[in-house]
Amino acid sequence: MKIGWILRPLLVAALLALVLRPEWFTPLLAPLAPANGPVIYTRASLLSLSLSHLALVAMASAAATVVAVTLAILVTRPAGAAFRPLSRTITNMGQTFPPVAVLALAVPALGFGAGPTLVALFLYGLLPIFENAVTGLTNLPPATMEAARGIGLSRWQRLWRVELPLALPVTLTGIRLSVVIALGTATIGSTVAARTLGEVIIAGLLTNNTAFVVQGGLAVGLFAVLIYDAMVQLETRLARRMGG
Amino acid sequence: MIEIDRITKTYGDIRAVDSVSMTVETGTITVIVGTSGSGKTTLLRMINRLEEPTSGEVRINGDSTLSVKPHILRRRIGYAIQGHGLFPHHTVGRNIGAVPQLLGWPRDKIAARVDELLALFSMDPAQFRDRYPAELSGGQQQRVGVARALASRPDLLLMDEPFGALDPIIRTRAQEDLRHIQQRLGSTIMLVTHDMEEAIRLGDRVAVMDGGHLVQHGTPAEIIAAPATDFVADMVGDVERPLRLLSLIPVAELVEEGTAEGEALSADASLRDALSACLWSGRGAVPVAEDGVPLGRVTLDAIRARAGQHA
Repeated sequence: MKIGWILRPLLVAALLALVLRPEWFTPLLAPLAPANGPVIYTRASLLSLSLSHLALVAMASAAATVVAVTLAILVTRPAGAAFRPLSRTITNMGQTFPPVAVLALAVPALGFGAGPTLVALFLYGLLPIFENAVTGLTNLPPATMEAARGIGLSRWQRLWRVELPLALPVTLTGIRLSVVIALGTATIGSTVAARTLGEVIIAGLLTNNTAFVVQGGLAVGLFAVLIYDAMVQLETRLARRMGG
Repeated sequence: MIEIDRITKTYGDIRAVDSVSMTVETGTITVIVGTSGSGKTTLLRMINRLEEPTSGEVRINGDSTLSVKPHILRRRIGYAIQGHGLFPHHTVGRNIGAVPQLLGWPRDKIAARVDELLALFSMDPAQFRDRYPAELSGGQQQRVGVARALASRPDLLLMDEPFGALDPIIRTRAQEDLRHIQQRLGSTIMLVTHDMEEAIRLGDRVAVMDGGHLVQHGTPAEIIAAPATDFVADMVGDVERPLRLLSLIPVAELVEEGTAEGEALSADASLRDALSACLWSGRGAVPVAEDGVPLGRVTLDAIRARAGQHA
């Protein structure tokens, strides 16, 4: 815990500096850049790339959450139990299909830009959220569920007031995994012209400029670590409140 | 008044509850006792329609329970279960106020009711209202569970082994608390247990279930003195029958003029307590006093004579 209190502000500071004042890193990155080549990526501001990267991830994860949780709710109702294997197959396919292949297939339909990346991230993010939401909704404390029925909550009230809140910590774990995967995967969206931090990495790879690759990679990595950490904090807080 | 009219539940070929009829008077505690698989819990769960009866019906103050939607019906019937079943993500106050809130009571009325019930269960409202169930002891969780069941002043309170998860000392206290609260509020309670001791201690009436049938329904004294079947006699425990009978009779009934040595019993102690005191201290009689004022004594001979009168 203690080390977190020191490390967390340091990482935030490092990320802010990297995104807002990349030129401060020139002395550090210069040895990695090719001779006489640029050290700092300047074709677009890292801030605007970061914002667009995060927005893509947020949109894809939000859509994946809505769809996966809705599916999980449906297949955990008595009437929907028969669809559980089918839903599992569909979400599994989303996970096994490589995002690069999704991009390649989606470009003809959606054109270049953010569209294909959103589709790939959305499909890739479904599985962890769905599996965790199903686990959360099927492992509810039996006495609490019995009491919820016994004191007169209707089906909907049980779902909204008891089942979903109690399944929330486990579902959040799924969302966290999904978001972190999406943060990394979004970089390849830049191969089809989505504006993400991947742009910096790809530019570096094309020009043999390791300094660019490190800048882009470091920014994505720091975002992933900090967002992961924030969501873990949120989950622990929720779980502690429920005596978990 | 609760009327259970030839209620039956079958699962395939198995008749879990077979044409059970009984009447429960308002303001009394009826304890349904039986072994596991006797149908006692199924019977209880059919009253608030957690199980739908295969045939027969239940009437509460004349209205059939089949005339309203199950979840609406359940809001009129308190329900407390083993292991309390509190909502872990809600505070104690929100747990207790759950049913009033469903019934649309105004906020301040719910808050007042929550505080009233916490005080009734000897839990300081200011201290406990905003805690989460995980922060309470087992006995406190159980009390909150019963308080939640009583919150909307239901016509009937159903309790399914409510004290099953408590250790023996806390369980005895919880039983006494329930008795006092029931007398104070005049609630009608139906309680399921497998423990005949608990049934005799708590029940105004005891209903014994065996193999889906109601084999005997009467006062605790009737059940002990005249068990209807061998099964009931078994449940009562032949060896302990005299002691169980004595435990139902207050010493006040046998107090006579005179004095005796030693520590005094209070007038609402049972004859079983008096017998125990005599035997343990080797006395032939024990004094009886109320709030320090001597009332007389109870003799061993009188207890023996009373125990012999059962037939």
